[in-house]
Parts: sequence; structure tokens; C-alpha cells
Amino acid sequence: MSQQAASWSFEEHDARRIDQLLHAFLHGSGARCALLIDRTGQLITIAGERPAFDSTAFASLAAADFSANDQLASMIGEQEFSSLFHQGEKESMYLADVAKRIILVVLFDDRATLGMIRIKTRDVVRELGGVFVELFSRVASPSSARRLETAWADEAENEIDRLFGSR
Amino acid sequence: MSMINYASREINCKIVYYGPGLGGKTTNIEYVYEQVAPDTRGKLISLATETERTLFFDFLPVDLGTIRGFKTRFHLYTVPGQVYYNASRKLILRGVDGVVFVADSQIERSDANVEAMHNLYDNLAEQGLDPRRMPFVIQYNKRDLPNAAPVTELEQTLNPTGVPFFEAVATRGTGVFDTLKAVSKQVIKQLS
Repeated sequence: MSQQAASWSFEEHDARRIDQLLHAFLHGSGARCALLIDRTGQLITIAGERPAFDSTAFASLAAADFSANDQLASMIGEQEFSSLFHQGEKESMYLADVAKRIILVVLFDDRATLGMIRIKTRDVVRELGGVFVELFSRVASPSSARRLETAWADEAENEIDRLFGSR
Repeated sequence: MSMINYASREINCKIVYYGPGLGGKTTNIEYVYEQVAPDTRGKLISLATETERTLFFDFLPVDLGTIRGFKTRFHLYTVPGQVYYNASRKLILRGVDGVVFVADSQIERSDANVEAMHNLYDNLAEQGLDPRRMPFVIQYNKRDLPNAAPVTELEQTLNPTGVPFFEAVATRGTGVFDTLKAVSKQVIKQLS
């Protein structure tokens, strides 16, 4: 596996474009909420109704779920499961891969149909894929590497001392 | 692979506790969970077996607060210690920013420590990472036990490159925060 960028950044214009795509998707599909999570378990953004659960924990578990299913796919001779569906009595979720590094999680209830969610997800995954491929190629370019200022690191270190200081 | 989100002004970093089974990885993050102020930490998630052995991972997000306009957060993970969960270990290492190797100081666990260290190098190499060139610290846990090997001996076997190390008794919290502080500072340095 090749070495990935040490870190990746997400700019305001990326966020605006992604937000537009997700809102159009929610409107068209009837889903309640959409979350974008990176494969390492970090939450990127949420669109639609704010979920009542702990979204940080949710992101970590969703990424683990998706990754574990990837391994299961390879064990049965599939390259991947590009989407997963978890059905509940009232609430269900649909997870789909975006550009191999991001997971789209769609939460919907019985007012939306699985068929519509599938169709609309396929479309928005393609559009989001375009945005993320562009974003990752920008991040991979050494000339665009954006570092945090030293003052930020100094303050972060002080905060680490305060929070994790002598006990 | 930390994520800097300039849109929501957030920085998330991933720290993974690695090491042999029953070495004290989960105890480390449980102690952190108990000791930090409730408003600075999220939910502690443990995917464990009925006998409290880590099956997939433990997960604890800790907020450093807002620094220069960026909400900064560490995501602490542990991996399962048993070798037959290696697929899970690899998944958890994905996108890691810093590693804490929790070694079990007991003489009888010497082989298990070495095996886990080799396994860590192998799994990081699959991601194109080398522990010698990334934030990495070692914790020698269970220093209070009568059968603990001397630190000099552990250093020879596990730490030939001389990364920072800490002695700990995680059940009492000794050394837990010193270890976390050291690795998190290394992670921060790498971002600036």
C-alpha cells in the first residue's frame, strides 16, 4: 500500500460544494441526515437533521463497520462491498464508499424508500467522488502543503501540559 | 493521518495504543477517561468480548479545546492484544498519527512483547510507515510486579533506536499521562 499524505485538509470552498450536494441529495431522497466520515473514523461533516447521538463515536464505529466489511468482502473473493444497508424497525442506514477514502452514511426512516435512497445515493456518490478526487490531488501536491503556524503548536503544547499535566 | 478541517476549524489526530495481550492498553485509556474533566472527553467505546478482552478496539476522544481558532481533538484507540485479531489491528492503525507501545514488564511476557513489536513494524510498513520516523513512545507497564524485568533489559530488547520510554503502573495511573503527553506533543510537532 502506498504512503498516504501525512495529513489532509479541507477548505471552506470544499465544504460549501459538499454541503450543496448533500442538501440536494437529502431533498431528493427523503433521507433525514447524511454524514461524511473518513476511513480512519473522523467525522467530516453532517447535513440535514442533527442526530441526537454522539457523532464522534458514531463516526469511529461506522468506519470500523465499513472496514470490517471490506475484509469480509475480500475473504469471499469480492474486491469490496461498495455499499452496506442496515435495516431497523423505524430507522435504517445506508453506507456507501466515496473515492475509496470517504464513507457516506445516510440515515432514513420509513417515510423514505430504500429504492429511492439507493438511486439517489449512487448519483451523489459520483458527484462527491469528483470533489474528493480533486481535493486529494490538491493535498498530494507538495507545493500546496499547508502547515499550521508554530504559534498554534506552542499553544497546543501548553494545553497538553494543562490537560495531561502532573497527576 | 490527521485531518485539518479549515471549514469547521477542527483538527483531529489519531493515537493508537499497541502491544501484547493483557499488557494494559485498555487500562491506560480507561484511566485517562476517569481522570480528565467530563467536558473534555467524549464517550468511551469498548468493543470487547464477554470476558472484557478487547475484540475490535477501545475508543476515547479527548478535546484539547480551541487553539488559535481550531478545535483540536485527540482520538485514542487501543488494538486487540491477541495475535489472531491481526486483521482488526491493521484496520485500527489506518491513518494513525502516533503510537504508544504498551509493553508488559513481566519476564514471562518477554516473547509476547517482542512478537507484538515485530507485528507493529510489519503492520505499519504495510501503510508505508516506519515507527522510527513518526511519533512513537514506549511504556513499560506493570513496574510494580515482583517479576518485572529490569528496564535496561527491556530497553535492549524493545527499544534499540532509543525512542522516549516511560515506566508505568497503569492500574494506579502512574506514568499514564506522562506517556500520553509525550506522544501527543510529538504529534503536534509534526503538524506545524
